[in-house]
Amino acid sequence: MVAAGRSARAERAAKPPRAGRLRANPAPLLLGLVWFVVAFYPVYYMFITSLRTQAGFLSGSLWMPPSNPTLENYAGVIEDGIGLYFLNSAFVTAVSVALIVAVSFLAAYAIARIRSGVARAAFKVFLLGLAIPLQAAIIPIYVLIVHIGLYDTLYGLIPPQVAFGIPLTVLILVNFIRDIPNELYDSMVLDGSGHLRMMWNLVLPLSRPALITVVIYNALQVWNNFLFPLILTQSSNIQTLPLALQQFQGQYGVNVPGLMAAVFLSVLPVMVLYLIARRQLLGGLTAGFGK
Amino acid sequence: MSGRSSGWAASSALLLPAAAFFLAFALGPMAAAVYISFLDWDGVSAPRWIGLGNWAHAFTDSLTLRSLFLTAQVMILSWAIQTPVSLLLGVFLAGYQRYRAVLGAFYFLPLLFSAVAIGLIWSSSMLSADGALNTFLRSVGLGFAAQDWLGDPDLALYAVIAVIAWQFIPFHTLLYQAGARQIPRVLYEAARIDGAGTLQQFFYITLPQLKYTVVTSTVLILTGSLTYFDVIYVMTGGGPGFATRVLPLHMYITAFQNAQIGYGSAIAVILAVAGVALSLFLLRVTGFGRMESQAEGL
Repeated sequence: MVAAGRSARAERAAKPPRAGRLRANPAPLLLGLVWFVVAFYPVYYMFITSLRTQAGFLSGSLWMPPSNPTLENYAGVIEDGIGLYFLNSAFVTAVSVALIVAVSFLAAYAIARIRSGVARAAFKVFLLGLAIPLQAAIIPIYVLIVHIGLYDTLYGLIPPQVAFGIPLTVLILVNFIRDIPNELYDSMVLDGSGHLRMMWNLVLPLSRPALITVVIYNALQVWNNFLFPLILTQSSNIQTLPLALQQFQGQYGVNVPGLMAAVFLSVLPVMVLYLIARRQLLGGLTAGFGK
Repeated sequence: MSGRSSGWAASSALLLPAAAFFLAFALGPMAAAVYISFLDWDGVSAPRWIGLGNWAHAFTDSLTLRSLFLTAQVMILSWAIQTPVSLLLGVFLAGYQRYRAVLGAFYFLPLLFSAVAIGLIWSSSMLSADGALNTFLRSVGLGFAAQDWLGDPDLALYAVIAVIAWQFIPFHTLLYQAGARQIPRVLYEAARIDGAGTLQQFFYITLPQLKYTVVTSTVLILTGSLTYFDVIYVMTGGGPGFATRVLPLHMYITAFQNAQIGYGSAIAVILAVAGVALSLFLLRVTGFGRMESQAEGL
């Protein structure tokens, strides 16, 4: 708001060279509208398609929702057990995110506050992890998960998700915890507090914004992850949503409205989150990459 | 664990859980991939040490070389498409006008979708033979331009690159939006007083001021394009024929569908080495130190 007001004033102040200023340059607005169509149309078309009957799909309008929308596709997808895949995804996401944030928080505290040689070395190793592409490690992960007997279980999906969530989470939390003023720690040391009390009573409450960021970021990563379930599971009853969607593709074949209903249901929770907390969600997505 | 006692013991205890997960399920496997790449192994019977056998094969196997070439193509085209579009959109969204914020809310929707959802939306409803794009072309009298976008080996790669651009442009737009908002306003005010027009302001202020954002975004696009897997797997499975079998897909098919775990690992190591080498190279040529301080700025 402040900035907008300032720019308006600045524009008024800069009035004299009027000829050089294009007052109503239509180019940005035009670009903005073109990209609006490009970005949003596929999402919109997915949704209106999901409301069509299978027979009416091919003759349907490109722009208008069907005049007699049907929910039969949603009923069909639910009948086919999408609820179970929801629960599977929710379970893996909840446990993975809780673990990622808990272990990363402890590590970040050690790195930011204790500053021993071990902590410095560990931080470097975690940062190295940012450069490892998930695909490059997937074969040994598969071998390992089979070996420890977690293949084809929901539990088997969790450890690799946690491992690959740690580097960025630690980076974000370390940067945040480092900014907590030293005086606050000093006063707690005077009170005789140890590390555990310091973490619990001081750092944890103050880190709330950073914790929200990493929870959202990791939740989205785990919820949408496809490679781990693709490689580490096999049975249909332990599929997570993205894998189930991909299998629907083969199963539904030409039933595009049914498929689009499944896609819509899979993105619904994230869209709701987006409506409630857009700023935090977008902030979380780019948190690791500076400004 | 008291505050004063040995920092070594306290920090080790606190670091242990994260380090254990990370070593066992990320760094360790990465190292193990190097070891497995020296084995002839189908994943079931006993592995056999064959030294550099897989590696010699990798650099002569026409399929692997071809997927390397496809990956390079995807990388360059992705950069060429995503960079200018994201930059323009980011600068557009950096303005504080209300309508820009509203449009921005829609631009970022693809960020929320899983790669599978994106792949399905495009392959089943947008780009299929009777999908929205062809229907639209026919309805405006351009029926001759309607194509089997994902089924034609000459087009599939470009279709896939376009969908990947759709998937990732919102993320880079966010980076550019944040970057453009940090440009000091006085620069524009001074330029306006000097009589600079919109285009001049863009080329003489916005673009040079965004150079570190361009570097960050470029590194992420180029290294990221080594890992494009999900969308391509869902849309084409690497086909038709081998037309879209990029490196990670080639690795997956080799290891998990053809049960050549050792050879697949060699491809995986190539992937990792290419990624690390590329980011080091880019950071070197573009000024590592500056980049570091940008990334730490959060």
